Amino acid sequence: MSRFAFSDEQDAFREVLRRFLEEVSPPSEVRRLMEEEAGYDPAVWRRMAEELGLTSVHIPEEYGGQGFSLGELAVVLEEMGRALLCSPFFATAALATTAILNAGTEQEKRELLPGIATGETIATLAFTEENGRWDAAGVETVARQDGNVWRLEGTKSFVLDGGIADLLVVLARLEGTDGENGLGFFTVAGEAEGVARTGLQAMDPTRKLARIAFAGAEAQPLGEVGQAAAAFARTLRQAAALLANEMVGGAEKLRESAVDYANLRVQFGRQIGSFQSMKHRLADMLLEVELAKSAAYYAAAAAAEDDAALPAVAALAKASASEAYLQTAITTIQIHGGIGFTWDNDTHLWFKRAKSSEVFLGDGAHHREAMMANWHLMEAGDET
Amino acid sequence: MSAPSEETVRAEVRAWLEANWDPSLSLVEWRGILADSGWGVPHWPEDWYGRGLPQALVPAVEEEFQRIDAVGVAKVGIRMLAAATLLEHGSDMHKEKFLRRILTGEDTWCQLFSEPGSGSDLAGAATRADLKDDKWIINGQKVWTTSAHHAQYGLLLARTDWDAVKHQGLSYFVLDIEQPGVEVHPLRQMNGHASFNQVFFTDAVIEPEFQVGELGEGWKIATTTLMHERRGADALRSWAQVSQAEGRCYEDARAEVVTVMEPYKWYPQRAGRVDLVLERARESGAIDDAVTRDEIAKLMIMAKSAEWTARRARAAQLQGRPQGPEGSLGKLASSHVARAAARVHTSLSGADAMLTGSDGERDGVIAEILVSAPATSIAGGTDEIQRNIISERVLRLPKEPRTDTDRPFRDVPRNTVS
Repeated sequence: MSRFAFSDEQDAFREVLRRFLEEVSPPSEVRRLMEEEAGYDPAVWRRMAEELGLTSVHIPEEYGGQGFSLGELAVVLEEMGRALLCSPFFATAALATTAILNAGTEQEKRELLPGIATGETIATLAFTEENGRWDAAGVETVARQDGNVWRLEGTKSFVLDGGIADLLVVLARLEGTDGENGLGFFTVAGEAEGVARTGLQAMDPTRKLARIAFAGAEAQPLGEVGQAAAAFARTLRQAAALLANEMVGGAEKLRESAVDYANLRVQFGRQIGSFQSMKHRLADMLLEVELAKSAAYYAAAAAAEDDAALPAVAALAKASASEAYLQTAITTIQIHGGIGFTWDNDTHLWFKRAKSSEVFLGDGAHHREAMMANWHLMEAGDET
Repeated sequence: MSAPSEETVRAEVRAWLEANWDPSLSLVEWRGILADSGWGVPHWPEDWYGRGLPQALVPAVEEEFQRIDAVGVAKVGIRMLAAATLLEHGSDMHKEKFLRRILTGEDTWCQLFSEPGSGSDLAGAATRADLKDDKWIINGQKVWTTSAHHAQYGLLLARTDWDAVKHQGLSYFVLDIEQPGVEVHPLRQMNGHASFNQVFFTDAVIEPEFQVGELGEGWKIATTTLMHERRGADALRSWAQVSQAEGRCYEDARAEVVTVMEPYKWYPQRAGRVDLVLERARESGAIDDAVTRDEIAKLMIMAKSAEWTARRARAAQLQGRPQGPEGSLGKLASSHVARAAARVHTSLSGADAMLTGSDGERDGVIAEILVSAPATSIAGGTDEIQRNIISERVLRLPKEPRTDTDRPFRDVPRNTVS
């Protein structure tokens, strides 16, 4: 894959994914699953793992995966975003797996990744807390050594699929440290003693969030305790690039639905899509979505190639997607008029995903600042 | 017949250049040799100064020229649109008379389409061509005509039938500009430059053999010209580089660039000069102001993603894939970029944004951005027309009901041209 084009293989892969997701995640299924606490269909999860190998896409072969890059994972996520799939996939693949790959020792990867690859283990990354910060400085949960055992104290919040994950990858810090110092990743079984999980009332019901309180829960270190800052930063960038791809998938689906409705709806004796006021909005939507897609694709390729400019590029893509997805959702509702504000119309499902994704991992302003702080990497980099 | 390989073509052009390239020739002499060899426009037909090569091989040929700094045929301006249109719709006499002198640069051309009364609505042209004593007599006015003041010929769209419906009443002509019935006046723009002209016709004369295509086919042929204009828009800017080496041919070529590029010298400012933004913000320290910084970030995101979108469109083209929506968005994106850049440059200038010329920032360049940016969303099709095109051709939305295509053109309401 280049930064500007998909390969024939990637296109074929996308087509298979789209067909599969249209089958397993029509809006009726989204509506069914979003009302449930677990928020996903285990049978579909098994098929994703076994038939399509999605849970193992970017896991290297030596850990039981298929050894594709983050570029392929981005294609998977774009299609899932389009279908609004209710699934712990982003938490497992984009967050927990990348964190393990970035932070884990050889032995830890051999222990943890095969179970994720087969789909047996649903995992998530618990890094945010009730202070709502997306950076390392927000981590207050403390890891203490108790003889040979590490124990966690503190409360994580906004944990994606935290209520159902079998494996929690937790970011904590050594006592008395702050900022980027003293950080450590740990793994804890979701059902371990001393772990109390509470589902949060998420405004976007297609994406489940949990608060997780750790009261001396026993934890296994992942990588070197105290040295996790770099691996965490890298994980966040990769996740931001991946989320941007998921978001543009959803934005494009909304945009298409707005065009379809403008072609269908008749007022004043004409299809509303024949009015220039509608056409111009729809043309602007196309522009906004295509620009965000270009940024997301570029970021995915940069992540796949481990480009030194990724800190700027990933932030650019996430900032762009945050604005484009939400604006597209707002305009899609507007074009639908009154029906667009009803529960029965599907637009609000994507609107809510647009809203939660806008904020998740940091909003537009957050990423614009991150981009500016790292812009020198863009200037230094040679774009090819 | 299958196309030759790139290696074969490169070897051939290299050998030919080795034997023929001579910087001591005059520009016109050299281009004459080049035109006759077919290497100047290798994608043109073999009968007409080309070698019938596929378009995809042209960059390889151009690279061989650049490798030794050999000067190519004349390409800038309307001349290539004229050539493309004549190759497709012109008679053998037209091709004989015009094509070679287009390539040598001896003749300059202009496009006589837009009128004061028909801008976005080009097919509403009301300049008239009336047949009198076996000659076409032209009356009316054209506008936004680049290079008309030094052009020899114009591509003219004029109305020959007022009883036909709008698009069927137009015909296409080659007009000799250098005649008493044609008056050219510069059109001064709000930024002070005069890159365009107004052209007035008072009983100007066209011999019947200089009609292009059939009577009433003018709109169809104009569409060919416009299509080439859109395709070629990028090529223009990359052209204006001539080696600084010595030799008559180079000297002539450098002089030509100065003349030909004169109308375009404010175009970089029109596009917003995003390249100056960070440099200026760092110099003044404004980069650390939270509000300005966020505005700059938004601009950089827009500019970068517009650039990447254009690259996606080109990549799809190279892969031989059908053009996706990304190919139609460049013009609209550039308007957004220019507007946002002008806003950022204003806030970076502060009070100095009120000054121009040598009192203005960067010797007036910033002021020129501010007063040129509005052109971006108008020239070459307004943003509104772009949005119509995108929504109708890409998104396939229904056309707006029209009241100008169901009756003779003479009954269609139109502007009263003063």
